Amino acid sequence: MDDQSRQLVQMISDMQEEDAVKLARAMLDSGYDPIKLLGHCREAMEIVGKRYAEGEYFLPELMLAGEMLKEIGDVAKPLIKKDAEGAKTIGTVLIGTVQGDLHDIGKNIVKFMLEINGYKVIDLGIDVPAANFVESIKEHKPQVVGLSGFLTLAFDAMKSTIEAIKEAGLRENTKIMIGGGQVDETIRTYTGADAFGLNAMDAVSLCKQWVPA
Amino acid sequence: MSVGSAVTPESVLYAQRQQRLMDAIELREPDRLPTILFSHFWVAHYSGMNCRQAMYDYEGLAAAMRKAVVDLEPDGFQPVHAVVAFGPTMDILDYKQLEWPGHKGLSDEMPFQYLDAEYMVPNEYEEYVLDPTGFMLHKYMPRVAGALEPLSQLPMYPGVLHTRIIQSMEAYARPEIRRALETLIKAGGEMQKMRAVQSRLIEELKVLGFPSAAHGTSHAPFDVAADYLRGSKGAMLDLFRNKDRLLSLMDRLTTLIPPAAISAAKAASGNMIFIPLHWGLDGFMSPKQFTTFFWPQFQKVLLTLIEAGLYPHVLWEGNCTSRLDVIKDVPPGKCVYFFERTDMFKAKEALRGTVCIRGNVPASMLITGAPSDVREYCKKLFDVVGDGGGFILDAGVGVPDEAKPENVLAMYRYSKECVY
Repeated sequence: MDDQSRQLVQMISDMQEEDAVKLARAMLDSGYDPIKLLGHCREAMEIVGKRYAEGEYFLPELMLAGEMLKEIGDVAKPLIKKDAEGAKTIGTVLIGTVQGDLHDIGKNIVKFMLEINGYKVIDLGIDVPAANFVESIKEHKPQVVGLSGFLTLAFDAMKSTIEAIKEAGLRENTKIMIGGGQVDETIRTYTGADAFGLNAMDAVSLCKQWVPA
Repeated sequence: MSVGSAVTPESVLYAQRQQRLMDAIELREPDRLPTILFSHFWVAHYSGMNCRQAMYDYEGLAAAMRKAVVDLEPDGFQPVHAVVAFGPTMDILDYKQLEWPGHKGLSDEMPFQYLDAEYMVPNEYEEYVLDPTGFMLHKYMPRVAGALEPLSQLPMYPGVLHTRIIQSMEAYARPEIRRALETLIKAGGEMQKMRAVQSRLIEELKVLGFPSAAHGTSHAPFDVAADYLRGSKGAMLDLFRNKDRLLSLMDRLTTLIPPAAISAAKAASGNMIFIPLHWGLDGFMSPKQFTTFFWPQFQKVLLTLIEAGLYPHVLWEGNCTSRLDVIKDVPPGKCVYFFERTDMFKAKEALRGTVCIRGNVPASMLITGAPSDVREYCKKLFDVVGDGGGFILDAGVGVPDEAKPENVLAMYRYSKECVY
């Protein structure tokens, strides 16, 4: 890797937003391959993810890293000729906040962490009825489904979503993880999920365990 | 020690309950383990009301609260109207910051939920710091309530003086401002109706021997910045992009926040301030960010409230175990830390002799478990966290809306067996 690219990876992973975006623009302006540049961004995100996993970075750093990725992506992506790109993904995760619950900060962080770890994430948004999860599982055939919920009312919505997935005959081939708010082992048992997570790293570890690279 | 002039069995119980709570808060051993009843919609559910009814039917909610308090016999209760009964007023105001049952898409069975959004943009930091009241009146209120949009046209009084004050009266006759003022009066009348029911209920419960344990609410400066002004994403990015602006806003908030709680407590003739925290937990911020952007400013708010003779009950949402060594720096016997998922045993070790601990029967257990699980959990808490006093039994974030009545009854009944 050339010096400039190395510098870019370092700036992004060290949270130097302004410098990183400026350098990325300059590189693209001078004809640097946008696909290669986005590859450097991914590399930086891996470092960010690692620092988060190790307890050096927290939510604010993930949020800023996501913003940098978006800012640089907005400049780089239009320069990419079609038919190129399409980075390989390890597997597909379907994610959403269950019916009745409108919270999404936790879900969005989980999505971001899964994406920078190589998973394709289909995000159904908030207040998602069980039927929508079932339909989307049929359509996208994810290996993992993540149910999010902050409120205690989400416990029942998670349970009925998992029941609906089971009734549709889709439970066997799908691993289901739950997370958010006051979810714990008791609620995992109650809902019939395969696992629960307390944070975004737990979600990544579960996916790595279920769908290894 | 009596309530009113006559000593009744209830007035004796009232005094005993107050004493039990104060003993725990001031880190003495009470006669037995005290409890507080705090819930949003559980008391309504317990009487067969749904969330919508709880938010709109003041009298029904009062009856439900009375029944819950009489059945559970807590040593203190947090008035429930103040946390849920504002449906009609929100309708009048066309309120935007909450989604609530029966409004737009949410069913009558769902609790209200806060809508996280950017209510103040980055280049308004200076404006807020310079003139917070002006900002709230001209910009914030119009953003959070549709009916108050015309307030943005109110005169900018610092620059309107002498005869211009008289001339400025013209503004109040403009049709849109007149409508906004009429809406304010209507909303005020509705809120007075709710408050009247709440006050009567508090008085009735007092006569029945039950003290209120929340006389006002307050906030941490960072929570105000992140929840109510910049939105969660904006606030997190500001830790990097607008660090100095955020810090000066929070400096300002440390002095702006306490007076509201102090005057609320005075109006309620009480001394307990409830402070729910949203951004203090482990994982949200790094230890360094916590000691830069959260704790010092919040500690100042706590000290100001304590100085005013108040007892803050701080609800530390989530798991705050890694914060214990930092947050223990408060005057002894003045604060209650109400924990949700914090390791209660580590909390006791860190806070013994400094802070009264409150909590933390898990929501999952109260919703899906059995009374025997609850008793066993409470026993563990009493044996370890209750050791030497300084402990109030409660659920993790108060009684969860969907808790099974038999589990809640088990929790409150068990406390009566926990004698010192």
